[in-house]
Parts: sequence; structure tokens; C-alpha cells
Amino acid sequence: MTAITATHSVPVTKTESRWAQAWKNMRRSPSGMIGLSILCLHLVVAVLAPWIAPYDWTLQNGYIMFQGPDTEYWFGTDNMGRDLFSRTLMGGREAIMVTLLGTLLAIVWGGLAGMTLGFVGGKVDEWLMRIVDALLAIPWLLFLLLIIALTGQQSWTLILTLGFFYGVAVIRVVRGATLEYVPRDFVVAAKTRGESRFTIVTKELLPNVLDALLVEAAMRWAWMLLAFSSLSFLGFGVVPPTPDWGLMIADTRGMISIAPWAVLFPAMALSTLIISINLTADAFAKAIGLDRAKAPV
Amino acid sequence: MNKPMILEVKDFSLGYTAANNELVSVLRNVSLDIEAGEAIGLVGESGCGKSTLALAMMAFLRSGSQVQNGQIRYHGSNLFEKTEKQLGKLRGGKIGLIPQNAGQSLTPTMKIHAQLAEALRLHSDLPRSTWHQRSLELLKQVRLPAPDAMLQRYPHQLSGGQQQRVAIAMALAGSPDLLVLDEPTTGLDVTTQAHILELLCNLRQELGMTMVFVSHDLGAVARISDRIAVMYAGEIIELGSCADVLRTPAHPYTRGLLNSIPRLDAEGLPPSLPGYPPKVGSVKQGCAFAPRCTHATEQCQQDAALVAENSHAVRCHRSGDLRRESASINVIQLPVKPTLEPLLNIEELQISYHKAGLLDQWRNIEPPVATVDEINLQLNKGETLALVGESGSGKSTIMKAISGIQAPRKGQIELGNEDLSIAVEKRSNQLKRNVQMIFQNPDASLNPRHTVCEILQQPLKLYFGLNHESCRQRAAELLELVRLAPHYLDRMPGQLSGGEKQRVAIARCFAGDPDLILCDEVTSALDVSVQAAVLKLLKELQQQKGVTYLFIAHDLAVVKAIADQVAVLYQGRLCQIGPVDEVFNGVHHPYTSALLNAVLAPDPEHQPKLSGDDASEQHPPAQGCAYQRRCPQADQTCSEQSPPWRNDGNNRIRCHHDLLELTLRNNSPELIEVANF
Repeated sequence: MTAITATHSVPVTKTESRWAQAWKNMRRSPSGMIGLSILCLHLVVAVLAPWIAPYDWTLQNGYIMFQGPDTEYWFGTDNMGRDLFSRTLMGGREAIMVTLLGTLLAIVWGGLAGMTLGFVGGKVDEWLMRIVDALLAIPWLLFLLLIIALTGQQSWTLILTLGFFYGVAVIRVVRGATLEYVPRDFVVAAKTRGESRFTIVTKELLPNVLDALLVEAAMRWAWMLLAFSSLSFLGFGVVPPTPDWGLMIADTRGMISIAPWAVLFPAMALSTLIISINLTADAFAKAIGLDRAKAPV
Repeated sequence: MNKPMILEVKDFSLGYTAANNELVSVLRNVSLDIEAGEAIGLVGESGCGKSTLALAMMAFLRSGSQVQNGQIRYHGSNLFEKTEKQLGKLRGGKIGLIPQNAGQSLTPTMKIHAQLAEALRLHSDLPRSTWHQRSLELLKQVRLPAPDAMLQRYPHQLSGGQQQRVAIAMALAGSPDLLVLDEPTTGLDVTTQAHILELLCNLRQELGMTMVFVSHDLGAVARISDRIAVMYAGEIIELGSCADVLRTPAHPYTRGLLNSIPRLDAEGLPPSLPGYPPKVGSVKQGCAFAPRCTHATEQCQQDAALVAENSHAVRCHRSGDLRRESASINVIQLPVKPTLEPLLNIEELQISYHKAGLLDQWRNIEPPVATVDEINLQLNKGETLALVGESGSGKSTIMKAISGIQAPRKGQIELGNEDLSIAVEKRSNQLKRNVQMIFQNPDASLNPRHTVCEILQQPLKLYFGLNHESCRQRAAELLELVRLAPHYLDRMPGQLSGGEKQRVAIARCFAGDPDLILCDEVTSALDVSVQAAVLKLLKELQQQKGVTYLFIAHDLAVVKAIADQVAVLYQGRLCQIGPVDEVFNGVHHPYTSALLNAVLAPDPEHQPKLSGDDASEQHPPAQGCAYQRRCPQADQTCSEQSPPWRNDGNNRIRCHHDLLELTLRNNSPELIEVANF
């Protein structure tokens, strides 16, 4: 008996990987590419800020308070005469670092918990999901303030609390995505083979819910940035000498009528970052075909 | 040609634009004239364009596709020149469609009367006051029992066959003169399928409709069509009367296809067609079948024309020469020597999905009748046992119990000396490895995000703890075992055809080097020509490795071809069990004969005999014979006492009637008119 495959002549086309295909689709979306370039710009600036900032971002100078933007101070100066351009460049570092780590934590724990709950099902799933619902019903900002007030303003407490709370929301989404795959035969096949639960969750389910997880991660990141800035605005985020967009907006908002630039530039930096994340995530979701149901087939 | 043409397909080509901006043709220069009142069958394997053609007959194009050339004329006017509004009037009205899966095409939130009223409102001129009356008439016309009550039900409260009947009634509401049936019986049980086909035949006689019947099942097509058009790679390759095409097929593909259908009256496995059908649009010139054809010559690289001879048209360069050769069916015999060493032993197995709640336990409420009960099966090493029965007969439930994902309530399952009635997590590695399962649909059983190599690696890592390098080596050997070349290792399941995927699934199952393999309808999702190849592969592997198969199938001809022993199940209870020959040719249980009589054959003369009705039951009866409600021979005792086992040699039947009585009945099967009013 000769190999059947030897006789049939369907050309073996080397198809590109899913990610290459997704990248190709994404390049066709103008909004996605704009979003992605702004996002990259933000990340590069955040990394290189200490070296590209023209002035010391903590140096106060009483003689040059509230100077408008000019050739010397591009974004003007604030109420303490600090260079706003340097402060805006530096202002995203802490926020991006904390929220990125927070998102990572949220995705890992929320994703694992969501997949496990979706896979295990039954009573355990039902009860734990009610707890998740209860956690989602708590006004998280107040809860965050409470925890920070109790534990102090360290970065790692922020990362842990933000990661925990946003992870709860991830559980819901990932569990939903998992439920679609749990009854599929390949999962049943793994069960009948006698694979462990951990292997089934990480090897069989994870590759299938990864798309949903990545898009969810991007969305959560944008929300978390907003949350972090809100905390800073309220004075619970970054400790004052360090520049932060939320804090900068809070400090100068009283003087908005005399020095609008002092509020405008950090606000613009924050909003462009969040918008760019959202645009990128949307385009990415479309590119990997996540919202195929909505698109005209 | 005196009769008027109702539909003329003229030199019709349809294509879509692929990702690389190339125009891919799905249909290529199809020409087909359909006379008023005739029934034409479109047959072919998946991807041959038969459904696309049927939908184009309603001027419905899947999005992204476009007409390349040619036209389809309905009563002389081109369908593709009509406006959306005119088409809307036509579709569902004068041209009716009966979809494949009625369960999905009925709106789940609307009662049957509302669905019918909608069809009447859109496509009939009747006043509102007569709708109810007309709905009742329609339901009677499709032979639904108790139409009054039926109108008040939701689709999910009906069985698959009843849903299909409602879908037919809805199509009839617009009093169509052309009915397009897209695989109307695929996915239904054999008995239900026979009933639906019978209904369609009767309706055609009563109403004189023209029918376009799309199916991959030549048996179903033979039952209903006057003419058959065989399609391959978007072309009609053979067209002729039902008898001509099925009795004296001229195209090598049609011959191969007919030969590869397993039949009840043949011994052994049917021969398979080598290779796989071409990908859509990959054939641009020459005969599309040439790469798989054993008669292909140089000439076949050129396009062949559809040449007609006595209204039997064939698209083949060599049909003239081939007609003289006799079409002989050479059946493959692969004798496997079953040993007498017992492997699987099931005793008094009882399984129930019911979990008694705390409240029920407290109130001491009787649990409902078990889904599966009193199953006793013995299986020797190297044997194949087939479980047959309609959907809901508990076949899959038994398999779940053996594979350890559904705990039995009572009874023993043993593999050799080891206990199998424990959950899969508690089994030893050795025991897990020894029992493997192949699933019905390879699309669903292979993880779409893994490469073939990763798929095959999983059991190897789990059972043998092999490292990456030796896994890959072993995976390549497994592929060779299922006759796939090693370059398949790095492909994704999405890049493989149905047959190739099932081969990968089989390879994965053999990775554990098992003793017992559970095959759950392994060929029912495959095309016939591929099915034959997969069956042959399974049999060869059994010869080679001495494995034992527990095989679930609803196609009795497949069972006949592959199994040594058959167990007939109804509502989770055994009706009959014995060696294949004795069960099929000896004395039958009334249910076995109902199943056997409903089997279709690709022969225009063959007529299934219907007995009883096709209403499915929700629960097995609390006492007495499981089959009492549908059995035409049931009497008082059947509903009161459990029937005894009666032995005719190795053929064991569970029935109150004695063997002589059953033999007499078998020889004169009573034709019972379906649901008489």
C-alpha cells in the first residue's frame, strides 16, 4: 500500500502564521496604524524621558512661574516654575510601569481563574461567579482608596490592588470565551486521554481563548491608566515630587483660567495614550477576526 | 421536449475573489434544464458546488461571490436581472427552500402557528381569517399527527423529523412550483429519513411540484429523483435518468463513488477512491478527476465536453471506451482473526444522568428511569463490536462510561482484569493508555490552534514522557501508520481535508498503543469515498495491531462492512445482539427489522419499508419492553413484563414473541401507513 498522500497533488502552500496574517490585516486599518504609532511613541518617550528631557523636572524656579509656551519652555511652566515639557515627558513613566504590571497580573490571574472556572463548571463555578459578581458590584475606586489608606502609597500595593480588581473583570470575559470551547470534542478527547486539568486549561483551552485575552488586556490597560490617573488626581497615586499626569492636572486645575497650558498638555498626553491603546486594541481584535460575528461576512 | 422548462441554467459560472485577488471559480460552465414537474438530484461530495448551484437557483449568492458568465432563467426570465423586491416575492413563494437543518432554520422563540402564519402572510394571498385553517391543512399535508396541538408548540418541543416536516409545511405555504431541497434528510435517523423521503415522494405526486434535491447520499437521491446530475469540482460530469446513472454509470468518478458505498447485500469492505477531491478553484484546465482516475491518459489534460448519448450525458474523454468495460465491484476482504481471549466485559451496566437533589431525597421521590440499563456485553480481543440504534438510544452514553467521563450508577465494566467503572482521573497510566477514543467529527476533536505534531505529541508526552525530539520522531511514525507523509507534521488542522483530519485523529488514538478503541460514528462526517478509505485503514490497523474496536454507527451498511458482532440498542436497552451475519440475515427483533427496512440503497428500484411511525420518545417506559410504544406487534404482556432473552445460536433477541413468530413476521413485513388520520 502506497501512501495516499503521495498520489494526490494538492499544492502544499506554506501558509503564513496566524500572527503574520493578523499583522497584515491590521496594516489595512488606518485607525489601528495611527493608534499603534502613537502608542509606540508614548512607550519610547517613557523609556527615554530622563535623557531627552531638556530641564530638571523637579527644579523649582520662582522667577518663571506660569510662563506660556515659548521657544525656551515649549509647554510653558507650572505654578512652581518647573518646565512642563520635561514634566510631561516624565509624567507617564510611573503610570505606564504600574499599569502595565497591573494589567499583566490581572490577565494572568483573571485568565487562569476564568479558564479554570469555565472548565470545571458546575456548583463551584456557579458559587464563585456569584462572588465575582459581588466584587464587580463594589465601587472599586472607593475600595482602592481604602486599601491605599491602610497600606500606604507604595507602587507594589497599587500594582497588586489594581491587578486584583481588574482581574475580576477579566474572569468574566475569559470564562465566557472558555465556555464555547469546553464542550468541544478536543477537550473531551483530552479528558478521555486522562490529561490533568492544568494541562487541559493551559494546552487545550489557552491557545483558543488567547485572542480574547489579548484584546481584553489592551482594554483593561487603558482603563487602568485612567484609574491610576484618577488616584493620582485625588492624591493617592504618585508621591508628589515625582511628576505624574494625573497629579499635574490636579495641581494646576485651579489656575486653568490663567495658565490653561499647565492642564492641557498633561491631559493631552494622557488622553492620546488611552485613545491610542483603544484604537490599537480595536484594530487588533478585528485583525484576528474576534468580532467576526459583527462584521458583514 | 414538449414540456415547458421551469428552470434553465445556461453556461453558468460563479466565482469569488480570493485573498490574493484571484478569481476562484466555484461553478464552471454549468448547464442544466429542468422540466416542470420533474425531480432532479444534484449529487457530489462536499465542496463540489452542489449547494452553491442550488442556492443560485434562487438567485442567492453567498456574499463575496459573483456571476462570471451565463444565466439562470426561471420561466424564461433571467433571475439575476430581477430586483431584490421581485426576488423576495419569488423566494419562499414560488421557489421554496427546504434547508438541511430544520432545527436551526425555525425561530426558537416562535410557536409553530406563528411561523406558518408568517409564511402565509408573505407568500399567499389568503385573508388573515383563513390562516389558521390553512395552517392545519398544511400540517396534515406533511402528515404531522395532532396538528391542532402541534400549532401551539415551540420548535424545540418537536423531534428532528417533526421539525423537518414543519419546515416542509412552511415551504408549501407559498404553493411553490419549484422546491429546492438542500440535504433535507442529512442528520436524521435512518427510520426518520425513510419517512421524510416517503412524504416528499407523496407530496410530489399530489402537488406536481418540480424538485431540485441536493444530497451527498446517493441512496436518498435514488429514492426521489427522475434524473441525477453528478457534480465534481464545480462541473456537472454526468447527467442522466436515475436508472441510467445508478445502473450504468459512465464516468469513472460516478463508478468509484457508487462502488465506495457500503451495501447491506455485499460482503467485506467497499473499495475506496484513491486521493482526495481537489480544492475549490484549483482545477483550471482539463478533467478535474484526472489525478484520481485510473483510466486517465494524456488526453485528459484537455477540457472534456459533456457528450450526450440517449439523454445520458457524460463529461469524460474515455467514456466511450469505458462503457464497454464492465464495471465490476471488487470488494476488499481483510480477514481479522478474533481471538477467544475476552477483553471487555460489561455486566448489568446502568447509567443515569439524573442527580437526585436534596429535596427529592428527603421527599423520597422515585428517580426517573435510567437512561441506559441492563447492558451486558462481552468483547474478545481483536474483535469489532458495533452498537447500533437511533439517536438517543444510549450508544454514546455507554462509550462515555467506558472512557470514564460518565460514572455508571450500577454494574461492572472490566478491561481484562482491571476495573473500568472508575473515573478516568483515577485510572492508572497504563489503563488510560489502553482505552482510547476516536470522535465523530475530526473538525471538533482536533484543537484548531495546534499543529499536527503538537496534537500527536500530547498522548506521547502523557503516556510515555518522551522528550521533544523523540516525540517528533514517533509522531512521524504514527503519521506513516495512517498513510500520511511526514510533512503533515507542521500543518494546522484547518489546512487538512476531512479525511486527512480523521487520519490524524486515528494516529493520535494509536499513539497510546491501546487495546480497546472506542469509535464514535467515525465516518459519518466524511464523504463516501473517504469513508471507504478510513474504514479500510481501521481494518488494516486491526490486522496489524490486533486492537479491539467498539464501534458506534447509525449506518447499518457500514456496520455490516466492518463489525464482527452487533448490538442493537433502543432507549438504552439491548434488543438484539449477535454475530453480524446472523443478526442481519437471521431472525430479527421487531426494532432491528424496522432499522434494516429503512436502509436506503443507491438503486432506483429499492424501496424502504416503513413500519410504525417515526416519533421519537423522550424517556424509556418504566416497565415492560423498551420498544413497546413503537412496536407493531406489541400486546399486553409487552407493556407489563420485561421481555426474556431468546437464543437462536449466537443470535440473541430480547422479545416476548418466540423466534418462530418473529421469523414469520420478518418474512411478511406489514406496511403500516404512516400516521393515518
